[in-house]
Amino acid sequence: MSHSGAEHRAATPAWSVWAMQGVAFAFLGVMVVIPLLVILQDGLREGLMEFWRQLNLPAARHALQLTLWTSALVAVINAVMGLLIAYVLVRYQFTGKTLLNAMVDLPLAIPTLVTGVMLVVLYGPQQPLGAWLIERFGLKVIFAPPGIVIALLFVTLPFVVRAVQPVLKELDVVQENAAATLGARRWTIFRRVVLPALRLPALSGALLSFSRAVGEFGAIVIVAGNIPMFSQTAAVYVFGEVESENRLGASVVSLALVAISFGLMNLIEWVSRRAGKGRV
Amino acid sequence: MNNRKLDGVRLVLLTLVWLYVGVLILAPIAGLVSGMFRDGVGAVLEVLSRPEVQSAFGLSLKIGLFVTAVHTVLGTLVAWVLVRHRFPGQGWLNALIDAPFAVSPVVVGYMLLLMFGRNGFLAPILEIFGWRVAFAVPGMVLATMFVTLPFMIRELIPVIQNLDRTQEQAASTLGATGWQTFWRVTFPAIRWGIIYGITLTFARALGEFGAILVVGGGVQGRTETATLFIYRSLDERQYVAAYSVAVVLGLFSMLLVMGADLLKRKQRS
Repeated sequence: MSHSGAEHRAATPAWSVWAMQGVAFAFLGVMVVIPLLVILQDGLREGLMEFWRQLNLPAARHALQLTLWTSALVAVINAVMGLLIAYVLVRYQFTGKTLLNAMVDLPLAIPTLVTGVMLVVLYGPQQPLGAWLIERFGLKVIFAPPGIVIALLFVTLPFVVRAVQPVLKELDVVQENAAATLGARRWTIFRRVVLPALRLPALSGALLSFSRAVGEFGAIVIVAGNIPMFSQTAAVYVFGEVESENRLGASVVSLALVAISFGLMNLIEWVSRRAGKGRV
Repeated sequence: MNNRKLDGVRLVLLTLVWLYVGVLILAPIAGLVSGMFRDGVGAVLEVLSRPEVQSAFGLSLKIGLFVTAVHTVLGTLVAWVLVRHRFPGQGWLNALIDAPFAVSPVVVGYMLLLMFGRNGFLAPILEIFGWRVAFAVPGMVLATMFVTLPFMIRELIPVIQNLDRTQEQAASTLGATGWQTFWRVTFPAIRWGIIYGITLTFARALGEFGAILVVGGGVQGRTETATLFIYRSLDERQYVAAYSVAVVLGLFSMLLVMGADLLKRKQRS
């Protein structure tokens, strides 16, 4: 690496190397660092005590709690269903496999606002299915937490599948066959041989969907209907505070959201590094 | 092994997966498409021919094109610097790239308001020059740039890493300048990565909503993009209008991303 680096430097004059690095730093500094510092400064502007007090205002606290539990539930469902979908996609041959594979990626291609609109059309109280669910089961989906969970499940569907799929593909079938020859039952094989290898990738995919879910806005603002203390998530709360020009409330919850996401990103980084090591 | 039992497990798993994906993904898509046509095809065509709808799509395209152009140039540069150069602060720079993935779009818009808004700390400077950023198109461009920053760079880093460097070295041995080597040797080799990055960035830019709602305000005819039009139409209970624009936008993004996937697969095989 150092050898070829030296050759590269010989080919390009030093000033142009510095200029390129300078532009890269300036671009990311202006685009990313300054805005994040601004939110840090504004959120803590009245001191830590006030920050804590604002976080514990009933509506803010409820919004954060709702965000965290819906995201956690979504991460768990994704871990299970993502494993299942990845397993089926890698190990089975069936008609429509390409279609299923493409459908897993669809949520990444559809704007999340459009996702929200779709769910309202399907489950809205005036729609046949939505009305039937309320009448038959008393289950209100739209403008209620179940709608939030469904919207988040839609948006985060690919994460666990795409984290597990490549690892499962590389997994040696020899071990499984050996276990089967020794008389192990299928479930035992899955639990003892396959699952341990997939634990870390599934965890990192689940954490990724959690962090994506915490910040989601477009799909939720349509589906959840912004009812404080009931279906208002943290991102929607920030939006409401910005609209009503409550700067401190908006900055404090924004900062909390940013802190949660950054903590998660670090955790994901750590998990995927461990997963990488485990494979070697 | 008991084959019939195996088939049973297979059947159960496949049914579960298809049901899950069908209910979660396919049913809502079908619902939206049928909702769009509930007043007939004529109503859809009427909506799509409205000047306000066309100007909303126009603004989305304009912002998307501009942002994609900036990321194509600067994203390629950042990816290049990260792979080929060794310098202090490199780890930091690398970590920063993923930051936009982690920040909620609403918070992105709000950060820009804190900087460029009426009471923002850059407001005095903007006033001197008479520039308007918040509640105007420049703010929406900045918001979209923030949100789409990682796509091009993350797409190109592995492509540049896998590049065979002997050709570049041959070119420079034969006396080519840095630029000549880049345009004649490197660029053709990373071309498909760039095209894929452009498609992802553009699709994501078109679909951006939260950040530009907060920073742009969604003023009809001035700062209203396609997504903001959908949001306003829902608010005004113009359902066919909202659904029609949502279907067109969703379809366009889907075609972009799937077309890019196809290109990528073709390129690999």
